[in-house]
Amino acid sequence: MCAAGNWTARFAPALERIVSDAEKLRGSRPHIFIDVSQVASLDTFGAWLIERLRRSLSDASAEAEIAGLSANYSSLVDEVRRVGPAPRVVSEGLSITGMLEQIGRTVAGVSGTIIGLVDMLGAVLAAAGKVLIHPRSFRLTSTVHHLEQVCWRAVPIVVLITFLIGCIISQQGIFHFRRFGADIFVVDMLGVLVLREIGVLLVAIMVAGRSGSAYTAELGSMKMREEIDALRTMGFDPIEVLILPRMLALVLALPILAFLGAMAALYGGGLVAWLYGGVDPEAFLLRLRDAISIDHFIVGMVKAPVMAAVIGIVACVEGLAVQGSAESLGQHTTASVVKGIFFVIVMDGVFAIFFASIGM
Amino acid sequence: MAEQDIDAIIRVRDVTVQFGTTRVLDGLDLDVKRGEILGFVGPSGAGKSVLTRTIIGLVPKVSGRIEVFGVDLDAANSSQRRAVERRWGILFQQGALFSSLTVRQNIQFPAREYLRVSQRLLDEIMVAKLVMVGLKPEVADRYPSELSGGMIKRVALARALALDPELVFLDEPTSGLDPIGAGDFDELVRTLQRTLGLTVFMVTHDLDSLYTACDRIAVLGNGKIIAAGSIADMKASQHPWLQQYFNGKRARAVVA
Repeated sequence: MCAAGNWTARFAPALERIVSDAEKLRGSRPHIFIDVSQVASLDTFGAWLIERLRRSLSDASAEAEIAGLSANYSSLVDEVRRVGPAPRVVSEGLSITGMLEQIGRTVAGVSGTIIGLVDMLGAVLAAAGKVLIHPRSFRLTSTVHHLEQVCWRAVPIVVLITFLIGCIISQQGIFHFRRFGADIFVVDMLGVLVLREIGVLLVAIMVAGRSGSAYTAELGSMKMREEIDALRTMGFDPIEVLILPRMLALVLALPILAFLGAMAALYGGGLVAWLYGGVDPEAFLLRLRDAISIDHFIVGMVKAPVMAAVIGIVACVEGLAVQGSAESLGQHTTASVVKGIFFVIVMDGVFAIFFASIGM
Repeated sequence: MAEQDIDAIIRVRDVTVQFGTTRVLDGLDLDVKRGEILGFVGPSGAGKSVLTRTIIGLVPKVSGRIEVFGVDLDAANSSQRRAVERRWGILFQQGALFSSLTVRQNIQFPAREYLRVSQRLLDEIMVAKLVMVGLKPEVADRYPSELSGGMIKRVALARALALDPELVFLDEPTSGLDPIGAGDFDELVRTLQRTLGLTVFMVTHDLDSLYTACDRIAVLGNGKIIAAGSIADMKASQHPWLQQYFNGKRARAVVA
């Protein structure tokens, strides 16, 4: 048989069909020559297809041969002759047992997650203890830098969103309370809700999305590029150098942001109460003073640093768990935000029970 | 350099590249001839990688003209550009393998996108490329993070060769390899150039590569090509940097 024309990658789909047709001649003749003297150009694809044809036409009794090969291409054909069979793809098919196994592993992984978090908390506290003993090893510049990133730069978005949420709470409250003629109670609801719950919870969720993800991505890409290993080999503790400043910045930032957020929400709520509900600012403030006590404010503020610590710990654990691939970085950044928000809400529930039982 | 070479596969004319106020390339001219291995050297920070990236189109130039396969890449429309891109392969300095794909998927990626061929042929060609770059087919299902530095370079070369390009850009292919591995790599580039008829544009710092692999050498300095020619021309040059580079202590060690 005779091959002619361009045997190159561009024509590979057509060539593959020709070759599989020609393969049917197997065993029809005792000895087969493949004449390639008419081939105008040849590359790896073409050379391999000719070699594949040669192999499938060969059998125990007679080896098919390639004839008329030009000198330019002989080394290429020799090269592909060395190629063995392709290793099979190890594919994990979908099966019931596989899915059950996956569920089992995930559940078993929960304890691992908790241990990882406690482990990181311990390491951070130990690093903090070391810094207290040797205050000169404290990284002030780094802490201030992170404080700028997670606090100062977050102020506009946090204030804007909490302002809008305040407006919405107030509008909804007035709309529904009006039917009972209880417009003024919207101030009670707004004050308690914003100071105790919404202010800090909303800000914590925003911080988990904004700064927790950033921490995970930063630490994760440092892990991928072996920067963390480099630090360790130079005798620095990555926890002390990288994580403690980040944690401290977050723990300082969240109460500040929660305070600003609560004020913005009260301001927004007051504005809507005045413009939409006709509660003038003086009446609003008077009512607010009666409705809330310092306790509500303290409850909100006490929760803030704890939530910050939870977000920071989760973000750092996830960051250090990143493996070598971009996909892994993405997965852990997602996990950081999802787990961060989850733990923030769980903590909020725990605090609600705690404050209720001590009567605050 | 100024002569018009009909057979030039890359033709760079009067190219200027500027970052802010720093002029990295300043009216640079360069020809790469079909079928040759051009070694591209110069001091660190002289702009070797910048020129490579400018030719490929990753760095914008202020002025000048670049033709690859006779196509002016600025004037080309997107389908002409795509046609040119199919005919070249690029080995990046760090490999630039897709970290979430296996070796198999990395090498098959260009062919899978550009050619409609069966999975069987893709697998077979993948093995052929692995064998060509001197790797065992067993590495096919590993991820890039599980490979050594030398293996990453080889897999990246296999990916660059995936569509059987006519032109290959190698950005410091032997950096980070041990001398034996680097020697093998030079040998490999030579063999591939012979078997596949490649044109190779190789940025390198490695004197051994220049001696064993390259047909011609171009030297970059002050944003221009300060010399181009064979090893013998380089050694005969009076330029102080060339003197130091080709006749210095390390260079003598290579010759000896």
